[in-house]
Amino acid sequence: MFEHFAGTENYIASAELREAVNVALALERPLLIKGEPGTGKTLLASAVAEALGRPLHTWHVKSTSKARDGLYVYDAVQRLHDSRFDDKSVSDIRAYIRFGGLGEAFRSEVPSVALIDEIDKADLEFPNDLLHELDAMSFKVDETGDVHSAKHRPLVIITSNNEKELPDAFLRRCIFHFISFPSPELMAEIVQVHHPDVEQILIEEAISRFYWLRELPELRKPPATSELVDWISALVRGGIKAESITDRVPYLGALIKKERDLKATQRALKSYASRRRK
Amino acid sequence: MGDGDVFLEFFYLLRAQGIPVSTREWLTWLECIEKGLVAADLGRAYSVGRAVMVKHERHLDTYDLCFAHFFGGAEAPATLHDAIDEWLNTPLPMPQLSPEEFEKLEQLDLDKLREMFEERLKEQDERHDGGNRWIGTGGTSPFGHNGRHPSGIRVGGQGRNRSAIQIAGERRFRAYRSDRVLDTRQLGAALRRLRRLGKGERADELDLEETIRQTAQQAGELEIVMKAPRENTLKLILLMDVGGSMDDHARLVEQLFSAAHQASHFKVFKPLYFHNCVYDSVYEEASMRTKVSLEDLSRQLDKQTRLLFVGDACMSPYELFSVGGMINYYEHNSRTGAECLYSLKTLYPHHAWLNPIPERFWGHPTIEAIADIFPMRELTLAGLSEAIELLSKDVPAS
Repeated sequence: MFEHFAGTENYIASAELREAVNVALALERPLLIKGEPGTGKTLLASAVAEALGRPLHTWHVKSTSKARDGLYVYDAVQRLHDSRFDDKSVSDIRAYIRFGGLGEAFRSEVPSVALIDEIDKADLEFPNDLLHELDAMSFKVDETGDVHSAKHRPLVIITSNNEKELPDAFLRRCIFHFISFPSPELMAEIVQVHHPDVEQILIEEAISRFYWLRELPELRKPPATSELVDWISALVRGGIKAESITDRVPYLGALIKKERDLKATQRALKSYASRRRK
Repeated sequence: MGDGDVFLEFFYLLRAQGIPVSTREWLTWLECIEKGLVAADLGRAYSVGRAVMVKHERHLDTYDLCFAHFFGGAEAPATLHDAIDEWLNTPLPMPQLSPEEFEKLEQLDLDKLREMFEERLKEQDERHDGGNRWIGTGGTSPFGHNGRHPSGIRVGGQGRNRSAIQIAGERRFRAYRSDRVLDTRQLGAALRRLRRLGKGERADELDLEETIRQTAQQAGELEIVMKAPRENTLKLILLMDVGGSMDDHARLVEQLFSAAHQASHFKVFKPLYFHNCVYDSVYEEASMRTKVSLEDLSRQLDKQTRLLFVGDACMSPYELFSVGGMINYYEHNSRTGAECLYSLKTLYPHHAWLNPIPERFWGHPTIEAIADIFPMRELTLAGLSEAIELLSKDVPAS
């Protein structure tokens, strides 16, 4: 039987997300995760690693990243530096090969989880440059000629924020899951994990307030899960009662981060409050 | 493996509905069955199938519809939104008017049209199709949409006869920032050539890392490597015509927008919007809520900024040449559209215009007039490449 991911104590995953992880595990294919900001794309990898008891290797992709960086980097500068002193031999290039997150995962002695975070940040052709390595789960270090092949195919989790379209050839090799924004019910579970001791009524009011805010059409950046969790912490510390958030939003700054959005929210709150009074 | 046959049909349904599944997805699916991931459970077939077959969120909805249809025999659920959309999007077919009838509809003058429009709007409170008086669809009254009155005010809907004089009422501009974009990669690759501009041709900056690397590789023998400055200084304004006759080209424009938006290599990328013609201001979003005056724009972005128009340049001649001729019913322009275009041309010496209408149809008077002001190219891959050439050229500062 295969390993099975069922979420963790701190990471609530929807049934469909769990299914997608398990398919990726069983087929040993990369899992591509997309979704709105703040839906826990990046956290998924550590949750899966924790649940399966596997080590996690992370590679944060930047706009300047090259596909090879995730496998290894040859640190010629360090080698040059070392060559100025006699205390160390620089004849062994292997001492100057630094492995990247993906490289480490391939080299791992035990089954591992590799996270390629925000793959869309890099160049358009970047994902294509990784096709071979992801298929074969092996790579060659050109400087030394060493070939590193995965003893255990790692579970590769890839996140994308949709900044760029990914190439078809790459997509075909992936299992795909889109994390939609949590429903209020799932959100209540998620909040429960972070705030187990807060009274139920306050959480309910806060969540309904939060979804009301998210639906304001004027907002450029609607608040996400982490903002809600922070906001509830602020409410608890400020000793705010549930009934007082029905027609105002204390600590609005915890939820709304843009000045323009703040103004829009305040306008909406005013008209909401005046409607309630009528 | 008996399940496979049923699913093969489903697989072809997905393909027919536009989800780009390939043999590779099919083999992956068979692998899932082989490994017992699916069993005889339809719920799991749904989620496993989705994880394997669908590779983009824009296809999720189609997948759901196909699945419900194929396994449940269900019709696509009609939502309220769909009903409203239907009301507006499927107008009655255009009446075929005889030339005599057409002549009878005399050209009404603009002020009289406005007056009548407001009167009618007050009188009318329900949907109306056909006929010759009320505001609705498919009629010969000067008001409404898809009608055949030679000079009329359009109310919502898609402009079929490209010269609706003024728009009042609903604005249903498409937001081009859509995720439903297909194959933008070619356009993206073309746009990437705009990056070279900022890099400069001359390699006059010391490439420290490469120098060290090469020196190290030669065991300390110094090897100096020069490079062109890496930073891309290119600023781009993408000024897009939205709504009206442009709705026909929405997909193409979406693709270009999405490609430009994703090409994150510009120093500044500023998408702006207008409707039919540019006057003293343009808008920050396709819904045209926030205005930016040309004056403010010139303060924000200097002469080096590249200006790329996307529009069909089709409008009533007086939208371009008359004071007060702008299509937006609620506003008034004191300079003509042509004057405003000229001032933009002077503000930004690097400019080009992309027209989604194929070049062989460029006989329209306002297209010709605008092509005189801005170099115009077709909105095709080839046209875009040419426009990029134009934008890349160094214009002597005058």
